[in-house]
Parts: sequence; structure tokens; C-alpha cells
Amino acid sequence: MMPEPIERPTYDVEAFRKARAGRNVALGLGLVAFVVIVFLVTVIRMGANAQPHF
Amino acid sequence: MKPSPMTQPATLNTRATVPALWSDYLQLLKPRVMSLVVFTALTGFVCAGVKTNPLLAAVAILCIAVGAGASGALNMWFDADIDGRMRRTRGRPVPMGKVMGVEAATMGVVLSLFSIMLLGMTTNWLAAGMLAFTIFFYVVVYTMWLKRWTPQNIVIGGLAGALPPAIGWAAATGSAPLNAWLMVLIIFMWTPPHAWALSLYTSEDYAKVGVPMMPVAKGAASTRRQIFIYSLLFAPICLIPAFTGLGGPAYLAVAALGGLVFLLLAWRVFRSKAGDAPDERLEGEDRLYAVRAGAKDARNLFAFSILYLTLLFAALLGEHLLGLAPLELLQ
Repeated sequence: MMPEPIERPTYDVEAFRKARAGRNVALGLGLVAFVVIVFLVTVIRMGANAQPHF
Repeated sequence: MKPSPMTQPATLNTRATVPALWSDYLQLLKPRVMSLVVFTALTGFVCAGVKTNPLLAAVAILCIAVGAGASGALNMWFDADIDGRMRRTRGRPVPMGKVMGVEAATMGVVLSLFSIMLLGMTTNWLAAGMLAFTIFFYVVVYTMWLKRWTPQNIVIGGLAGALPPAIGWAAATGSAPLNAWLMVLIIFMWTPPHAWALSLYTSEDYAKVGVPMMPVAKGAASTRRQIFIYSLLFAPICLIPAFTGLGGPAYLAVAALGGLVFLLLAWRVFRSKAGDAPDERLEGEDRLYAVRAGAKDARNLFAFSILYLTLLFAALLGEHLLGLAPLELLQ
């Protein structure tokens, strides 16, 4: 007697790939923004400390 | 002691069954809550009255907003089991199967650490410490402990939502004086009538999942009475900033007039049948109408409470930006 086939959930692989690409872009932009913010904050704070004191 | 199933966090290793878009991860941060946090933190920052580099100010507010969002993600991870069974929250990314619980938790922890560290480096460590405390309080004290344990959950847990103006003030000055804590007190006292008004017409959801919101644990009549008592305390507290130099005449006018409307609406809720089960003798449309009539008063108070808090903080923000507040006039 043949065993009954197991029902597996179907995934739309293309939709998952597209969603992952979108998430990667968002994550990349977030990381770039973070680097830029840290750079600018560092420049501003170091600049404030470098000002001559009278 | 073995924890009950109700206190178990969401399953961590469930595979996502629906593709998650970047916007689903953004939804984990509770953008609407974040917008309120940005507004109140900005008001605290501006009311401090210190000239700061605009970029540093923007980064400070961004950090506070991201910290609030991170605590939202941790809340959605922990509460996914009950969120999936409540009408208001079942569309959230974790119960929908779009985002795995472990991803939401990781995102929350990572963003918490980044926002605290960046706020500390950008402004000062008092502000960063207060942000860390706020996240801890919201996630551990409110979400994991109070929410499913006591009907006083939102009274005590409301502190987490009330702290952003003091964090904003501390970020600007490195200190948190009385006026900063006055803003905290206003939001703290505003939270119970606001949240209980909502829970009067959504209590079925909370009862279903065993969360002891006030109408579920103590009944609708007790909740309506407590809404009115808290409103009686809240309305005069809103006037105090006008006498400490924080608010000027515009603030006083908004606080006084809005406070009267708030009290009137709270009185109507007190006198209404909001949250009561419909009369068993009523049938058909009469039964439906009886429920709606009570809910309307609660809805009105809920909607006005949001408007009132917004107006109070907008008045403070406007006066300080225009230099019309007593604190600025004295300088």
C-alpha cells in the first residue's frame, strides 16, 4: 500500500527573494546613515573641544 | 515555579511563512508611538532653553525615538502570543507570521544598544542612562511583569511613556530639573484616563487573553469612577507649569479650557454605561444601541485626551520657540 503524500506548505520563492532584496537595501541604507551620523557627530564634538579657550 | 502558558514569550524558532517587507520591520517599532515620543522629547529639549548644534539635537531626538521603537519591537516579541488573539493587534508582523519572534527580539536589543550608546556619545550619559531605564521599564517592568499581573499595569507602566520629555531636557542640558519632571507628571497622570477610556470599549479583547485591564479585573463601573478621579487630579496638574515659568499665557489658556472639556467628558463617561454588558432584557437593535451609546462617551474621552495632550505640548513648544515663555523672558 502506498503511503499518503505529506502536504507541505507552498512558498512563493520569488516573493521571498524580492522581499529579502528590499530588506537588504533598507538595512544597507540604515547602516550608511548610521556611519554618516557617527562621523558628523564626531566632527562636531571634536570641533567644539578644539576651539581655543580665552 | 513553572510559568503559565500565558507568560510564555512568542515561539522563537517559527519559520516566517509570509515574505516580510522592510515596512513590516518598521511596523515593529510602533511608528505612531514613536511620533508621540519624538514630539514630547522635542518639547522637553526645546523647553530646556539651551542653544545646541541642530544636528546634535536632531540625532538626540532620533536616538530617543529609536530607543522607544526598540522597546516596541521587544514588546511585540514578548506579547506575540496574546497579540495574535486580539482584534486590535492580530495584524502585527509577528503574529501574522511575517517576522519571526527571534528577529523582533534581536532587532529590539540591537537598536536599544545602538540608540543608548549613540545618545550618550552625542549628548551626555545622564540622558543615555534615562533612555536605558525607560526601555528597561517598558519591556521588563511593564510588558513582562505588570501587564499580565495587575490592573494597575498602565498606571505604573505609564512612567515609561511619560519619560521622553525629561530625556529630551537631559539631552539638552545634562540635568533634569523640576520643570522637566512636571512634563513627565502630566503624561503620567494623563495615561490612566486615556488608556482606560480605550479599554472600556475594547475590554472583550483583553478578557479573552487574560490581561487584567481595569474593566476586566474590577468591572466597568469601577473603571469609570477611577477615570473620573484621575481626571480630577490630572486637570489641575496641567495648570502647574503656568506657575513655574515653564508655560506662559497661551499654555495656561489651553490647559484651563482643555482641562474643563476633559473633566466634562470624564464626567460623561462616569455617568454613562460604557463597558457595561448590554441589558439582558433588551433585544435586537435596542441591545446593540445600548452598547454603542455607552461606548460613544468613552470614545469621545479617548479621542479628546490625545488632542488635549498634543495641544498642551504644542503650546509649550510654541511659546519656547517664539521666546514667549516666562523662562525665556527672564533670560
